[in-house]
Amino acid sequence: MPDDTWRPKLDQYLDSELPAEEMRGMDAHLRECASCASEALRHLQLKRATRLAGQRYTPTADFRRRIERQVAAKSRPRRVLLWVPVLAVAMLLLASVVTIGRWYERTRSQQLLAELADIHVADLASPTPVDVVSSDRHTVKPWFQGKLPFTFDLPELQGTGYTLIGGRIAYLEHEPGAHLLYDVGAHHISVFIFRDRPEIERVFPVRDSSRRVLSFHVESWATGGLRYFVFGDASPEAIEGLCRLLKQAGA
Amino acid sequence: MPAYDPSADFEQLAMPLFESLYNFAHWLTQSREEAEDLVQETYAKALRGFGSFQPGTNFRAWIFRILRNTFLTSRTGLAATRTVPLETEDDQEQTVAVERETPESIMLEQAGQQQVQAALEQVPVVFREVLLLCDVEEMSYQEIAETLGVPIGTVMSRLYRARKALRTALQEKMPEAKHA
Repeated sequence: MPDDTWRPKLDQYLDSELPAEEMRGMDAHLRECASCASEALRHLQLKRATRLAGQRYTPTADFRRRIERQVAAKSRPRRVLLWVPVLAVAMLLLASVVTIGRWYERTRSQQLLAELADIHVADLASPTPVDVVSSDRHTVKPWFQGKLPFTFDLPELQGTGYTLIGGRIAYLEHEPGAHLLYDVGAHHISVFIFRDRPEIERVFPVRDSSRRVLSFHVESWATGGLRYFVFGDASPEAIEGLCRLLKQAGA
Repeated sequence: MPAYDPSADFEQLAMPLFESLYNFAHWLTQSREEAEDLVQETYAKALRGFGSFQPGTNFRAWIFRILRNTFLTSRTGLAATRTVPLETEDDQEQTVAVERETPESIMLEQAGQQQVQAALEQVPVVFREVLLLCDVEEMSYQEIAETLGVPIGTVMSRLYRARKALRTALQEKMPEAKHA
């Protein structure tokens, strides 16, 4: 192949821009053609001289720091901004979980208390509100033996103003418990005793809590693996007085 | 060459190119102050536009293009490009036979780095930039085409003319070699 075919491609050859086949062809031609080899050397020398001469200017350290600060100052907010939506979504999810959790617990506790309120009202409306009728705690307590998977102690009421009416079995979410009925003045107070379970403890996290449900005053606490609920339309002081007696008996 | 990585941030991609960008800017502007202004503006523009940078494309060509376009719209850039006729650009021009009578090997052997630098300064900026991108930055023709926003054929043509202009400038710097 004549020199005029190869020579115009010398720059592309030295810039490694020829197709692979032509690169090999040029290699072979330069080995055979002294004139083209000399020309290639001339081009290569110019290319090398340009590279060396071209690496001439160096930025100052001060300018480099200035650019680094400029880039860092504008890059970091961007990085922060990228996290903002992620953080916002995470916070929103967390808030949702907490809100849903609280809503669930509140709904669940309201549901349990409403169920107990139903039992309290239904039993009072019944012609036989209790299955064991006795004001003697030594009669009532033994009646539950064999009927409940736990036992409990009842307080001595003499001189307290409270009267034990009797008791019966109650069920809260299919779990059996004791339902005791007391009188104070003209008011009836229901005392429910169940085994304390994690499901109940979760929705009544405070060991002692006081609430109002459907205008009934409600006290609840847990002790010795038992969960107590005291319900009634009596005054809060009257409810709390009975609670104190029950706690003393169960302590 | 820093390839685009979506997880990498601008700082990681752009700061390794700082020295190259400054050198290129100084060659274009021929002034330290103007080069610093040009680089600073380039980084500011690149930061603002980084969100629109296309993944999979060449970051180096992208930021060099920003620098060059910024230069072209500067007063120095406008003045420099007005003086160079580009209407004769022809993709086929590179096929013109090279001048064989110049004893360039002797000339380049005798020329010191300062003389080559002086010759490079004399070369019109549109030729100087293509020489710098090809021989100093070692960009491929494709990268140069992306940086300059021209077809590859134009890159080849400009390179041919740029090297020819550099040879001529060198000969002028070394008259004894020209007549050797």
